[in-house]
Amino acid sequence: MSVEAWTTLFVILSFIGYTYIGWRSRVRDSKGFFIADQGIPAIANGAATAADWMSAASFISMAGLISTLGYDGSIYLMGWTGGFVLLALLLAPYLRKFGKYTVPDFVGDRYYSNVARLVAVVAAIFISLTYVAGQMRGVGIVFSRFLQVDVETGVIIGMVIVGFFAVLGGMKGITWTQVAQYSVLIVAYLIPAFAIAWILTDNPIPQLAFTFSDIVPKLNQIQVDLGFSEYTQPFANKSMLDVLFITIALMVGTAGLPHVIVRFYTVPNPRAARYSAGWALLFIALLYTTAPSIASFARYNLIDSLHNKTIEEVQQLDWATKWKNTELLKYEDKNGNGRLELTPDEETSEVTIDRDIIVLSTPEVAQLSPLVIALVAAGGLAAALSTASGLLLVISSSIAHDVYYRLYNPQASESQRVMVGRIMVGFAIAIAGYFGMYPPGFVAQVVAFAFGLAAASFFPVILLGIFDKRTNREGAISGMIVGLTFTAFYIIGVKFYNMPTWFFDISPEGIGTVGMILNFIVTFVVSRLTPPPPLEIQEMVDMLRSPEDAPPALGDIGEEQLD
Amino acid sequence: MNSDRRRAYWRANTSLIRNLLIVWGFVSLGCSILLVKPLNNIFIGKLPFGFWMAQQGSIYVFVILIFIYAVQMDKIDRKYKNRD
Repeated sequence: MSVEAWTTLFVILSFIGYTYIGWRSRVRDSKGFFIADQGIPAIANGAATAADWMSAASFISMAGLISTLGYDGSIYLMGWTGGFVLLALLLAPYLRKFGKYTVPDFVGDRYYSNVARLVAVVAAIFISLTYVAGQMRGVGIVFSRFLQVDVETGVIIGMVIVGFFAVLGGMKGITWTQVAQYSVLIVAYLIPAFAIAWILTDNPIPQLAFTFSDIVPKLNQIQVDLGFSEYTQPFANKSMLDVLFITIALMVGTAGLPHVIVRFYTVPNPRAARYSAGWALLFIALLYTTAPSIASFARYNLIDSLHNKTIEEVQQLDWATKWKNTELLKYEDKNGNGRLELTPDEETSEVTIDRDIIVLSTPEVAQLSPLVIALVAAGGLAAALSTASGLLLVISSSIAHDVYYRLYNPQASESQRVMVGRIMVGFAIAIAGYFGMYPPGFVAQVVAFAFGLAAASFFPVILLGIFDKRTNREGAISGMIVGLTFTAFYIIGVKFYNMPTWFFDISPEGIGTVGMILNFIVTFVVSRLTPPPPLEIQEMVDMLRSPEDAPPALGDIGEEQLD
Repeated sequence: MNSDRRRAYWRANTSLIRNLLIVWGFVSLGCSILLVKPLNNIFIGKLPFGFWMAQQGSIYVFVILIFIYAVQMDKIDRKYKNRD
């Protein structure tokens, strides 16, 4: 069978699986729709969190970024995993104890303010939309290469599938499909990694092959010969300060991402929240410690099979021709000497490789069987779809729960609330689909923005909400506005209006760290200049900090009675 | 639970968090970024140690830290819970 046939088979089989699970876990009430009845076991929630959070960017783009950046690619590895430590230690157990439906719920209740709730809603939607755009682009890339359809058609197929299980099953449907999607994506990632490690180094464990084989030293040598800096050379592309700031922004952003935080509302108690954060990071680490091995193997392999080859030789490589059709791989004999030469200078380099194709093309470059190649395509789709569904639920619950129910119509019945939630999922899918067809930037870069914005808005208010009783409404609102405005201004200015990177040359990906620090300072100072929070809020914070499992009484009673 | 015990519980909790975060910062921001150049003169397998920390080691440490936290919190919870 051909790659295309296998791909179609795997994609159809996995989609049938997701749809079946979505149908099995369909829900009627809002607790099921928004937080899966709080009945998800810790280990399953860990797998769902891993799938939810490992996006198309992690699966498709990350190894490619590391492959081109070498050491400097570590910002993504450490940034995206280190955040889970912050999340597990500082936020997840307390938010679970708080026990409501969304992040804006916590912000609104803790800061006794609908203005704070609204600012949090705007931030949540802004972050989720930025992020979901990248996911849909990922779906488009996978489809356009492997099913040989155009990107638009691919995006629409993806939209229909996500829509089906998200509209029907809400958080419950999403959770169990994400568990299935984690299994698909990790198998799809590890099998080719094992195979390539085996072929290149005779050691099938990628982590060990990466550390103990001589691929990386050889790659270092090739890079130097071609005029690049050594692969393991730190700060070849970015300054140390920039690397530091980007890493912190990604860490703190991970801890503040609303679709990740909301996953911790779905477990039975704070203890389960702590363990599920551990399981989540363990499941993520399986992929994240494999990615740097794939990155170095792929770079070695690509240079080895393209550099200094004649056009005729390259044209005989089936994968090279297919990727050339998507225009993600380009080669041209510019100086007419009959050979392709890879150089650090974009002007003279005769081969350009889009970073997004490294993972997807690796199995083909290493000449693995079509079955494995198709599996990778299904894995990439699983990664993109699971994250997209988590984000769509955040967008829909932000509007349906926080705006419609908490602000606009507190008398709304159960069925009205779920209905609005479902309509909002549909609405969000349409917007996400539009971004998928007309993407604002390439996958990983867009996702990095969402992290910066999450770092600059949510993390400080949630952290201070738990750990500093004196933080009040006025502080939280001004802090979020300052953090969000500054970060968005810098990113948009540098990215779209050619603003110089005037803040110590920090790139837009790292500016969230500065936004976060500004947020902390503003929140802290404004809180001390204005009256302390009311007594019942201070008691609520005390309850969050106590070891008993019972959720805080405040607010909860009213809501249950309304139901 | 009286307020003294509650404060003691919170102190135990925050000092555990602080200690784990110190390790967290040391392996990621310290060993993998600020000290990466000197550490690259040491080798683990065929890789420079700083590079290995940045791309492998720190991630392993992160996983271990969260499980230490969860297990230690279980102990602290048991100590302070339901014994008023």
